Amino acid sequence: MNAAWLAFDALLLAGILGVAWAAMAPGDAFRAIVMFMVMGLLVALAWVRLRAPDVALAEAAVGSGVTGALFLRTWHALPREAGRASEATAARPAAPRRLRLAAFGLAATLTGLLVAALASLDGTAPGLGDAVAARLAQSGVSNPVTAVLLNFRAYDTLLEVVVLLAAVVVVWSLDARPAPRPVPARGPIFLGFARLALPVTVLAAGYLLWLGAFAPGGAFQAGALLAAVGIVLLLGGLYRPGSGDRRRARLAFGLGLAGFAGAGALTLGLEGAMLRYPPAAAKTWILAIEAVLTLSIAATLAGLFLGERSAPARTGGERP
Amino acid sequence: MTFFDILGGALLVLGLGFFVAGTVGMLRFPDAFCRLHALTKADNLGLALTALGTAVLAGTWSAAVKLALIWGLVALASATSGHLIAGHALRATDRRDRP
Repeated sequence: MNAAWLAFDALLLAGILGVAWAAMAPGDAFRAIVMFMVMGLLVALAWVRLRAPDVALAEAAVGSGVTGALFLRTWHALPREAGRASEATAARPAAPRRLRLAAFGLAATLTGLLVAALASLDGTAPGLGDAVAARLAQSGVSNPVTAVLLNFRAYDTLLEVVVLLAAVVVVWSLDARPAPRPVPARGPIFLGFARLALPVTVLAAGYLLWLGAFAPGGAFQAGALLAAVGIVLLLGGLYRPGSGDRRRARLAFGLGLAGFAGAGALTLGLEGAMLRYPPAAAKTWILAIEAVLTLSIAATLAGLFLGERSAPARTGGERP
Repeated sequence: MTFFDILGGALLVLGLGFFVAGTVGMLRFPDAFCRLHALTKADNLGLALTALGTAVLAGTWSAAVKLALIWGLVALASATSGHLIAGHALRATDRRDRP
């Protein structure tokens, strides 16, 4: 059985490297994006093999799914000659030789350092696993990953939410000229799919959020699923943002950080330390924060997909 | 080796056959429509047999229901995306054929 797993892992590794190579190879940008998405799925499988299903879920949903959708959205907005026709890309003059050599040297040095660092690990360092296991009972949840993300190291997660917010603020501030909209993929089959699949996906997102307390799942995975619902609605033209919706969307972007920071301030008053929850109600605090985060993450990811200003800025309106 | 182990394994191997056939079809068939035809076999039958085999091996109803749900969702998504890709390919061919 061990030999079979070894063979599987070797195949998986070779697959990841091969697909990564194909994604980096010069040529069609569309091909590169598809290869990147396939790589995300293979990496998710690798996380499963490393017994990190939480990371695998996040990688599949955010790393491959939502990021892939963002890439495809950007590809669609590219001028034809820049990313589409492979002949045009092939005809583009290559970067100067010196630049390529320097890039290769940097990448090779970094890889060498990483390999050296990996080789210097003796594999016996205990890490923080034991410390987490010892205090898991006090965290309010029984999934150690959620305990770390939302309790022991909640501050880190708070800052991650700041990063997401910063990303969407930057994307929504870019005053790019409006990209040509994709043709709405409407039709009886697509609409039938949307009617069946979207409610189930919303349900699955709620399930993942609830599951996060005791099994792999949580706010980021649930948020990515909800964002996928939003992306399908936008793609199909089933939902067209109106002028008031952008304001509501901005509120939703900030909601996660506001809720998280508010919980931090409240706990500072109640327990004397930021994000130290009252022990008896820790699970309620964690789930409440995660529920707010899920909605905000979903809105943020879908907002990133929607991208640049969909309507030209009106004169005189919306001054900061 | 119980009866269920053998049954589950056999279903998995059978499902694998459809995946191999679908992959070969996607690599060898000449155009998008033929390739889609090959892929839907892998997506529907291959995954159905794999899910069935896994459910038999897992041996619990809750696992079986989850696997059935996964199969249903993938079948729905693959049928829809197949339809969308075929529609897109059809429009692209029309454009190319027109002078």
